[in-house]
Amino acid sequence: MATTLADDLRPLHHPHSWVTKYVWSQDHKVIAIQYSVTAISIGLVALVLSALMRLQLGFPGLFPAIQPDNYLQFVSMHGMIMVVYLLTALLLGGFGNYLIPLMIGARDMVFPFVNMLSFWFYLLSVIVLVAGFFVPGGPTGAGWTLYPPQAITEGTPGHQWGIATMLVSLAIFVAAFTMGGLNYVTTVLQARTRGMTLMRMPLSVWGIFTASVMGLLAFPALFVAAIMMLFDHFAGTSFFMPTMQSMGAITDTQGGSPLLFQHLFWFFGHPEVYIVALPAFGIVSDLISVHARRNIFGYRMMVWAIVIIGALSFLVWAHHMYVSGMNPYFGFFFATSTLIIAIPTAIKVYNWLLTLWRGDIHLRVPMLFAIAFIFTFIHGGLSGLFLGNVSVDVPLSDTFFVVAHFHMVMGVSPVLVIFGAIYHWYPKIFGRMWNETLGKLHFWITFLGVYAIFLPMHYLGILGVPRRYYALGETAFIPQSVHLANAWISIAALIVFVAQGMFFFNMIWSLFRGPRADPNPWGAASLEWLTPDTPPGHGNWGPHLPVVHRWAYDYSVPGAARDFIPQTEPRT
Amino acid sequence: MPDRLRASYIGRGLVPVAVAIAMLVVGSVAFHLFSPWWRTPIASNWGSIDSALDVTLWICAAAFVGLNLFLAWALVKYRHRPGHRAHYEPENSSLEKRLTFWTAIGIAGMLAPGLAAWGKYVSVPKEATVIEAVGQQWQWSFRYPGPDGVLGAAGVKYITPDNALGLDPLDPFGRDDILVESGDLHLPVGQPVKIVLRSKDVLHDFYVPEFRAKMDLVPGIVTYFWMTPTRAGTFDILCAELCGTGHHEMRGKVVVETPKAFAAWQAQQSSFGQILAEAPPAAMSILLIKANACIVPPSWSIR
Repeated sequence: MATTLADDLRPLHHPHSWVTKYVWSQDHKVIAIQYSVTAISIGLVALVLSALMRLQLGFPGLFPAIQPDNYLQFVSMHGMIMVVYLLTALLLGGFGNYLIPLMIGARDMVFPFVNMLSFWFYLLSVIVLVAGFFVPGGPTGAGWTLYPPQAITEGTPGHQWGIATMLVSLAIFVAAFTMGGLNYVTTVLQARTRGMTLMRMPLSVWGIFTASVMGLLAFPALFVAAIMMLFDHFAGTSFFMPTMQSMGAITDTQGGSPLLFQHLFWFFGHPEVYIVALPAFGIVSDLISVHARRNIFGYRMMVWAIVIIGALSFLVWAHHMYVSGMNPYFGFFFATSTLIIAIPTAIKVYNWLLTLWRGDIHLRVPMLFAIAFIFTFIHGGLSGLFLGNVSVDVPLSDTFFVVAHFHMVMGVSPVLVIFGAIYHWYPKIFGRMWNETLGKLHFWITFLGVYAIFLPMHYLGILGVPRRYYALGETAFIPQSVHLANAWISIAALIVFVAQGMFFFNMIWSLFRGPRADPNPWGAASLEWLTPDTPPGHGNWGPHLPVVHRWAYDYSVPGAARDFIPQTEPRT
Repeated sequence: MPDRLRASYIGRGLVPVAVAIAMLVVGSVAFHLFSPWWRTPIASNWGSIDSALDVTLWICAAAFVGLNLFLAWALVKYRHRPGHRAHYEPENSSLEKRLTFWTAIGIAGMLAPGLAAWGKYVSVPKEATVIEAVGQQWQWSFRYPGPDGVLGAAGVKYITPDNALGLDPLDPFGRDDILVESGDLHLPVGQPVKIVLRSKDVLHDFYVPEFRAKMDLVPGIVTYFWMTPTRAGTFDILCAELCGTGHHEMRGKVVVETPKAFAAWQAQQSSFGQILAEAPPAAMSILLIKANACIVPPSWSIR
């Protein structure tokens, strides 16, 4: 085969020292690991915060160190870290970085230097975020939604400096994401290897690609909201600040609109849900197909569903605001658009189930997590219909039903996919195999545990128990049994919390002691398993780029010798 | 992968995860039937919201049970066994179209009662009386329009120690307004009421679980919702929008009583005019200066 421009390895700048290889690295695989380790580390902080919240809710009064201010700070930091700094960063910066070039047959991202810069900006945003814990007054306690005016007025913890570090950190994060996102989009559009048409790409790439496009459109709304609030806070503007009092004294603000912030926030915030969900949808589709040894069912429909969900997700944001005081007639439009988005989402669920149907299902650990995802996602998706259905949302909004819903649909579900994905690609990333017994134990405790945590919460919400309450106190409609439920939920949460230790032990121990992994242990057909080296070297493909002849889902093709046909195998 | 290694990864015979999923489905249904936590007994006209929730619940429950039992069944039926091979079928567009169609029907079935209830929620009946709830960190106050049936103008800029709800002292409609500062809200049973909401400082949310209805208070604008209390009793008012450290302690009480008892209670409350009459002249000047009344009439005729 003739050497083409794409085969030319010289532009890659092979690193010569340890520092350029592992620290200031421009290799997408190293950057992916840097992103992932940072995201998981800050995610652990958020996990600890959730355990502290559960201690307070389950056993109010038993921990006098947890005061109302602390509780609200835990709530706020937990939410923001999990959504933005863990899930978004891990799924796009981590998996996006690792998988895109390998799955489309590229040597690297098209802008390796910008890619490196993206990670360092992300790290800076995390450092500024963590600094919030150490500034006077502590981190913000305004809820992860950061609604003004309370986010920057007295009476809210961290209203002076905590909110400032949060807003600055978010602005830096958006800059980091923009650099990464432009890279992912351009790489998918420009750097696919020969034969890799868009409709031959694995769904993981489709999910990450669509989410990146959405992020580029949605994050600017958060960015301007953060900058505008910083101006309100430090420069005396009144973008979001009306004529109002603060702690009984009139402020010198006037004419601003708190609702404007909510619109900006949710114009980012709702697509953000799908920025997290779509990569998870894509990845889980691949896990299910590989381990069921069956082509993904309805591939074209799956691609269109991802694209349609991505587009529609920009038209539903105000379903977070049905009782916000916006013009109530908006409710008709947003309820309709929200329930319409359920149709492509349901199609995805059907197609996962139909991929298992008539499959040859191998229940290895990654598949177990994928199956658990289907279950939790069905649950979380359906409870979302309650909240989207405008009038049904009225009694449920701001109750534990909402907490239960979004944890099932965008907390537990993507995290189960992330676990599945780590178990699935670990042998390729590190060239070692993890311990299966520990993996299974981790799966069972996590899966059953999270359901024990979140199922009862829905019912507390239907009863009317409000969220973001430090303590329920004596409230006539809340029976004693609710306090018992809270204690039970906390115990389940602490068990799940401790069980994650098994995962970390397994991953770290196997890094050094795990058995050497087969280059393609699951018999997968997509390109990332076909690299000449495991783990793949710098430049991924050796002297020649792979050439693609078929889609990524040729499993159990009738007449084929093996139950999978790699994408590089020519059609006969 | 070597066969020895592969064999250890393959599920055989019993499929624990399928059993677990089937058990979780059965367990969830049992939890629904036997859990002690469900809606509080309704005390307003919003039965249509409860019905819309029920319709949504039944359609979603059918989907939840059906899809997950299919999942569990497929995991058992199509588990890996030696010699077994998956069926190759990239797509089946007639099946996908049928599924899309039935999903759309289910969605429409939920959306219709939801939108119908919302249609009522946004249409305040003409005969509804207006009552104002005012939120501040972290307490509730209330205002009734008085005999003229109209709430006088009000705003944060008018607030003084003697005018805590910030009524415009120059607006004659406000004089007969009845003020209840950090006391209980009283409502006559069976009378539709439009609750207008005003915040002095940050976001709050007027929330009485038994009424089903709720709405945010937003500083700078006036929001509202309406309802008809249908059951006499005393209910908790909670704040349902995070408003700072004392959010969980921002409580109030609403007393729903017979129109007669309500009238008797209302007769004992003081009006804004009475409060002004009792205010010392110095406080009065402050009050009027806040209202930009440049010339203070020497006769205090404004009273």
